[in-house]
Amino acid sequence: MNRIEQVFKNKSNRVLNVYCTAGYPKLDSTLQVMQALQESGADLIELGMPYSDPLADGPVIQHSGSIALSNGMTIATLFKQLKDFRKTVTVPVILMGYMNPVMQYGFEKFCADAAAVGVDGLILPDLPQYEFETEYGAIIKKYGLDFIFLVTPETSEKRVKELDALSTGFLYAVSSSSTTGNDKDFGAVETYLQRLKNLQLKNPVLVGFGIKDKQTFESASKHSNGAIIGSAFVKALENSSDIKADTKKFIANVLS
Amino acid sequence: MKHTFTSPDTKGYYGKFGGAYIPEMLHRNVEELQSKYLEIMYEKGFRNEFNALLKDYVGRPTPLFLAERLSKQFNTNIYLKREDLNHTGAHKINNAIGQVLLAQRLGKKRIIAETGAGQHGVATATVCALKGIECIVYMGVKDIERQAPNVARMRMLGAKVMPATSGSQTLKDATNEAIRDWINNPTDTHYVIGSVVGPHPYPDMVARFQSVISEETRWQLKEKTGSELPTHVVACVGGGSNAAGAFYHFLDEPQVQLVAVEAAGLGVNSGHSAATTQLGTAGVLHGSKSIVMQTEDGQVVEPHSISAGLDYPGIGPLHAHLFDSGRGKFLSATDDESVQAAFNLCKLEGIIPALESAHALAGLNQLQLKAKDVVVLCLSGRGDKDLATYMNRMDA
Ligand SMILES: Cc1ncc(COP(=O)(O)O)c(C=O)c1O
Repeated sequence: MNRIEQVFKNKSNRVLNVYCTAGYPKLDSTLQVMQALQESGADLIELGMPYSDPLADGPVIQHSGSIALSNGMTIATLFKQLKDFRKTVTVPVILMGYMNPVMQYGFEKFCADAAAVGVDGLILPDLPQYEFETEYGAIIKKYGLDFIFLVTPETSEKRVKELDALSTGFLYAVSSSSTTGNDKDFGAVETYLQRLKNLQLKNPVLVGFGIKDKQTFESASKHSNGAIIGSAFVKALENSSDIKADTKKFIANVLS
Repeated sequence: MKHTFTSPDTKGYYGKFGGAYIPEMLHRNVEELQSKYLEIMYEKGFRNEFNALLKDYVGRPTPLFLAERLSKQFNTNIYLKREDLNHTGAHKINNAIGQVLLAQRLGKKRIIAETGAGQHGVATATVCALKGIECIVYMGVKDIERQAPNVARMRMLGAKVMPATSGSQTLKDATNEAIRDWINNPTDTHYVIGSVVGPHPYPDMVARFQSVISEETRWQLKEKTGSELPTHVVACVGGGSNAAGAFYHFLDEPQVQLVAVEAAGLGVNSGHSAATTQLGTAGVLHGSKSIVMQTEDGQVVEPHSISAGLDYPGIGPLHAHLFDSGRGKFLSATDDESVQAAFNLCKLEGIIPALESAHALAGLNQLQLKAKDVVVLCLSGRGDKDLATYMNRMDA
C-alpha cells in the first residue's frame, strides 16, 4: 500500500492537504516548511513547482512562484533539495506544477527522479485527459506515481466518472470554477460536494480552492474526505521569520 | 480525421503541435467551442451576417495594390494586401467580428480579450460596441504605455481596459490574465483570442476567420495577373493570425512559397528578441503545444520587440508545424531593419505601415526575388498607433 492510500485508510474524514511553493519564502525553505507542516498535523503535502505562467493559480500563489523563481528555484534544484527528504518527512508528497517546465526537464526523467526521491503523486492541471491516456499516463504509472485529476462544478457527471477512473490517490474537487485564492459562497459548494458524494467515486475526494481557515475546512470536510489549503497558508508565510512557529500557528487554527 | 495544413486533427493537432492543454476549469467552455465552432461558422445565417459586416462595416474586400516603386526597388512584382485599410486599421477585426457573432450564438453576454499592440483590443471593443455587449480587454502595463492611442480608443468605445501587472507586463501576461478571467467567469463569458494561439479550436477558428485575406487575394491576383497563384506570400508573425489568413488558401499549393517574418528585436542572439522559431523549443504555452521561447528550466522568457504585436514568446501551432515540416520559410527582422523598411514604404508608396507589418517589409531584403516573381505581402495594419515610436526614430 502506498503512502497516499495509507492516509485515507487510517482517516476517511477531515484529511488536511496543505500546499506550499518550493523555494518560498526562501530558496532553502522547502524542507523546513514540509517538516513544519508534518509536525503541525498536515496529512498530505502538495508541493508547488514555480512556473512563470501559472494559469490555474490566483495572485497569491502566482506571487509566491515569482519569488521562488527569483530565489533561483528550478526543478533540478528541487530534486536536489528533496534528495534525502524521506529521512525526515513521512507524509505523502504530491508535486503540483505545469506541463511546460516538466516537458522541458524531460517528462520521463521527471517521473523517474520524482519517484526516486520519494514523491508519491503528481498534479499537472494542464495535462489533458487525451494526452494522459495516449502518452503520459503510462509513463507516470511506470514509475509508480499517483496522478490526481481535477473536477469542478462545471464538470459533467459522465466526465467526473471518467476522471475518477483515471485518477489514483484521490480526486481533487475544485470548489468552484475559479483560480486559487478566490472567496466562495459555501452553500453552493456544499450542494456540489453532495452531488459528488452521491456518485460513489472510487477515489477519496479532497476539496480545494477557497479553503482558508477552520470554518471553510470544516464545511468542505462535511461532504468530502477533507480539503486542500493553498493561498491562505502561502500568505501566512509571506513575511515569516519563524517558519516553524508560523506554520504551527496556522495549522493549529485550522484543526482547532 | 487526419490533419492537413488547413485543418488540424480532431484533437487540434497540426503534426506534433496543437492540442488543448487546459486546466479542468476551462474544459466545459473549450469543449463547447470545439463541438460547435464549425457548425456555427458555416451555418448560412452566420455566413451572411459575417460577410455583410465584412463588406459594409469593415470595408472588404481590401485592395490588392501593386506597389510599383517598391517593386522597382526590388526588381520584382510586389502586391500589398491592404489589411491596413480595414475599419480599425488592421486585420484583427476579421477575427473579432467572427468570434463576437459566434459568442452571441453561444448565448454569451460578456466578452474578454487580450491585446498587445492594442489592435485586437480595439477591434474587439469596436464589435462589442456595435453589438451592445460588455467588453473587457486585458493589456500589459508596458503596452498600455507604448500604445496609448489604442488604449484611448478602447475606452472611448466603452471597453474596460484591465492592466496586466504580472510577469513581463506584455502580451503573454495579458493573455494569462484573460484566461484567468475566463476561469473565474465560466458560464456567461466568451474569450476572443486575438491570434492563432490558445487551445484547440482557437488556432483553427481564428485561421478560418482570417482566411478571407487569402480568399480575396486569389481572385484579385487572377484579375490582375491572370493567375491566382503568386510565387511568394510574405507576412509578419506574432502569434501568426495575419500570416495564417494570408497563407490559408495557398497552404496546399506547394509552388507558393510561404514566408513568415518574426521579430528579431535587437538581434536574434542579443538576448532581446522575439524570434520564436529561432530561439524556441517545443513546449506548452497558453493551452497549446507549440514552439516556445523558454529557459532550460522551462520558464517562459520575456521577449523583446519594438512592435508590441510581435512581442510574444510563442507562435501558433499551425506555424510551428509549417516551420517544423519545412512548408514555411521563417525569417526575422530586427527593430532597426523594420523601422527602416517602414520609412522606405512611406517614401516610395505613401503608406505608413504598422510596426508589425514593417517586419514583413524588412523580410523582403532577405529574399532573392526575380523579375518574374509575384510577391503578395500582407500589410497587416496601419502605423497611426506607432507614430510616437517612428518619431523617436526619425529624430535619432
Ligand atoms: C498590425 C498588426 N500586425 C500583426 C500583428 C501580430 O499578430 P498576428 O501574428 O496574430 O497577425 C498585430 C498584433 O497586434 C498587429 O496589430
